Amino acid sequence: MNALRRHLGNGLVQAFLVVVGLVWMTPLAGLFLSSLRSAEDTAKGGWWTVFTSPGQLSFDNYSALLKNAGITQAFWNTVLISVPTTVLVVVLAALAGYAFAWLDFPGRDAVFLVVVALLVVPVQIGLLPVAKLFGQLGLFGTIPGVVLFHVAYGLPFAVFLLRNYFVEIPKEMLEAARMDGGSEWRIFTRLVLPVGRPALASLAIFQFLWVWNDMLVALLFADSSAQPLTVALQSQIRQFGSNIDVLAPGAFVSLVVPVAVFFAFQRHFVQGVMAGSVK
Amino acid sequence: MTATLVKEAAPPPVVGLADRARRLRRRGRIVALLFALPALLLLGALVVYPVLFSIGRSFFDASGTRFVGGENYAEMFRDPATLKAVRNTAIWVVVAPALLTGLGLILAVLVEKIRWATAFKLLLFMPMAVSFLAAGIIFRLAYDEDPNKGVLNAAVVSVHDAFTGTSAYPTARARDGQGLTAGEDGSYRTGASVSPGDSVALALVGVPPKDLPTDAEPAYAAAGREAAPDELRGVVYLDFTPGGGGERGRVDRRESGLPEMKVEAVRDGRTVAGTTTASDGSFRFSGLDAGSYTVRLPASNFAPPYDGISWLGPALVTPAIIGAYLWIWTGFAMVLIGAGLATLPRDALEAARMDGAGEWQIFRRITVPLLAPVLTVVFVTLVINVMKVFDLVYIIAPGPVQQDATVLATQMWLVSFGGGNNQGLGSALGVLLLLLVVPAMVFNVRRFRRSQR
Repeated sequence: MNALRRHLGNGLVQAFLVVVGLVWMTPLAGLFLSSLRSAEDTAKGGWWTVFTSPGQLSFDNYSALLKNAGITQAFWNTVLISVPTTVLVVVLAALAGYAFAWLDFPGRDAVFLVVVALLVVPVQIGLLPVAKLFGQLGLFGTIPGVVLFHVAYGLPFAVFLLRNYFVEIPKEMLEAARMDGGSEWRIFTRLVLPVGRPALASLAIFQFLWVWNDMLVALLFADSSAQPLTVALQSQIRQFGSNIDVLAPGAFVSLVVPVAVFFAFQRHFVQGVMAGSVK
Repeated sequence: MTATLVKEAAPPPVVGLADRARRLRRRGRIVALLFALPALLLLGALVVYPVLFSIGRSFFDASGTRFVGGENYAEMFRDPATLKAVRNTAIWVVVAPALLTGLGLILAVLVEKIRWATAFKLLLFMPMAVSFLAAGIIFRLAYDEDPNKGVLNAAVVSVHDAFTGTSAYPTARARDGQGLTAGEDGSYRTGASVSPGDSVALALVGVPPKDLPTDAEPAYAAAGREAAPDELRGVVYLDFTPGGGGERGRVDRRESGLPEMKVEAVRDGRTVAGTTTASDGSFRFSGLDAGSYTVRLPASNFAPPYDGISWLGPALVTPAIIGAYLWIWTGFAMVLIGAGLATLPRDALEAARMDGAGEWQIFRRITVPLLAPVLTVVFVTLVINVMKVFDLVYIIAPGPVQQDATVLATQMWLVSFGGGNNQGLGSALGVLLLLLVVPAMVFNVRRFRRSQR
C-alpha cells in the first residue's frame, strides 16, 4: 500500500516537473522560432503556427543580420568590452586577493572589510560621478571607459572571492616556497595562480557573462560607435512589432554565446554564480 | 623540515640583523602594496569616490549650484512618478524574493526524487546565462496582447474557450424586418409566437462567407421539411446568396445553414428546451406541450470573442515583469537550496522515515528548519538583486506603460539621463538605492567577520 502510494506520488512528481520543464523551455523556443520567421508572418500569427506550416521558417533574418553593419559592429564591441574586462578583473583581483590573503601591509584587514562592504554597492550610484570624471578624461563614450567602469564594479566581488580562496592555501606550502628564496612574484605566478585555477575559472566565467549581458552601463558610457549588442538592440525596441525580424535573431545571437559558455563550463558557472550570491 | 632546522641553527651574523629584518619588512610592505594597489586605486576612484560624490550631490539642486538640504529627498516622496517607483520597488521586494525562495525550495525537494535531476537543474538554471535584454525581448513576445501572437494569451484564450465555449458568429445579426427582434442582452427572438407543428426560418446576415464553418451546408432542403404535430422545426440560415440573386427573407437554394447555433424554445419567459443547429442549420424541438412559444437565439451565439488578458497594461505590467524575473532566477534559488539539501544529515531524515513520519511532516519539521540558513542567504541575495532591477522593466514595459512599471533604478535613470536631467534628484535616488542595500552590507560584513573567527 505504502509502496504503491510512493510509486504514484513519484509519478505525479515526474509529471509536474515535466510540465515545469516545458514551461521553462517555451519562451526560449518561442524566441528561436520567431527569429526564423519574417516580420509579416509574425504580425499574422504566433510562432506556434510553424508546426502546421513549417514553410515560414528560413534563415533570411540571420543573413540580413550578418549584413547589418550596425549589428555586426555591436557584436564585436561586445567582445571588445567583455574580454578585456574579464582579463583585467581576474588579473587585478588575483594580485589584490593574494595581497589580502598572505602579504602584510598596514590597515590590511580594515581595507578588506571595506571591500566586503562594497560588494552590494549598486552600479547606479556610480553612473553620474563617473560619467563626469570620464568626460574630463576623454573616456566617456569609449570602449576603454566602459571596460574601466565594469572592472571597478566587478572588483569587490572578484577580490572577495579570490582572497577567500587563496587564504585556504596551506601555510606550509607558502612558507616552504619563501624559504627556498622565491620572490613574492615568483610565488604568486608559480604557486598561487596554479593552485587557484578553479576559483579563477569560475570568476572569469561569471565576470564574462556579467559584462556580456550588461545593458545599463553601456547605455550610458558607450556612444553609438562603441555600443554593444544589448544597447544596439534596445534602441530598436520602440517599434517592437516592426523590428521583430532584427530583435528576435539579434537577441538569439546575443544569448547563444553565454548559453554556450554555460553549457561548456556548467560546473564553474554554477560555482561562480553561487559564490557570487552575496553580491 | 630537518634541513630548515639546520639552516636556522647555523649561527646568524648578530650585527645588523634587526636592521635587516626591518628593511625586509619594509620591502615586504612595498611589495604588498604593489600587489593591491591597482585594484585599490580603481575601487577608490570609481566606486568609493562616486559614492561620496553622489551623497554630496544629492543635497544640491538640479543644476548643482544651489544647496537645497534634504529637498531632493522630500521631493522623492512628493513627486508622483518617483513615489510610484518607490511603491513598485516595494512590491518587487515583497513579492519576488518570497515567491522565488518558495518555488526554489519546492523544486529542490521534488527534483531529488527523480532520475533526470541534473538535466532538469541545467534547464532551469540556463536562463541565468541569458541577458535581461534577451529575456525582455522573449517576454515582450510572450506577453503580446493579441492571442494570435502572444503565447500566454493564446493559452489563456484556449483554456477560457474550452470552458465557456466560443461564440461562432460574433458578427452575425438579424435581417431587419424578417421576424426576428433583438433583445437587450444581444439575443434574438421570433416576434410572433409559434406552436408545435410550425416550422420557422430565421434569417441572419453579417457573416462573411469566409467565416462560415467549413462543414456548413445549404439550408434549402431542411427549410422545406414539414414539422410533425408535436415538434417545432426550423432552420437558422445566412440570408445571402453568394454572387447575388437571392430573395430577402427566403431560404434560397444556395443559401447556407448556420451550424452550431444555439437555439432555445421559450414559453412564458422561461426556457423550456434548448438545442444546437445541425450542419444545414436545422433544429427541432420534439415532445413540446401544445401552446405558444418563441424561439430564441441566445446572446452567447454572438458574443465578441474573448481576447485574453492585457498583460502589459497598466494594471498587470509589474506582475508580468516579475513573472519574467521568476523565469530567470528560479533555477538559481533551486540549485542553491539543492546544494544545502545535499548537506543535510541523511540519518535524521531516515530515522524520521523509520518512525513513520510522512513526507510532509519531514519537510515541515526537519528539512525547512535545517535549511533555514541557506534559505536566508538565498532570500537576502534575491532582495538585493530585486532592488536593483532595471533592464527587465526598461525592456518589457511598452513606452506608454513605462510610468506604471517604473522602479527605483529605472526612475533614477529617467530622472538623471532620460530627459529629466535633474541630477540632484537622480543622486538622491541613487543614494536611496544604496541605503536600501545597507542592511545587506551589514549582513555581509558580519557574516564575513564571523567566518574569520
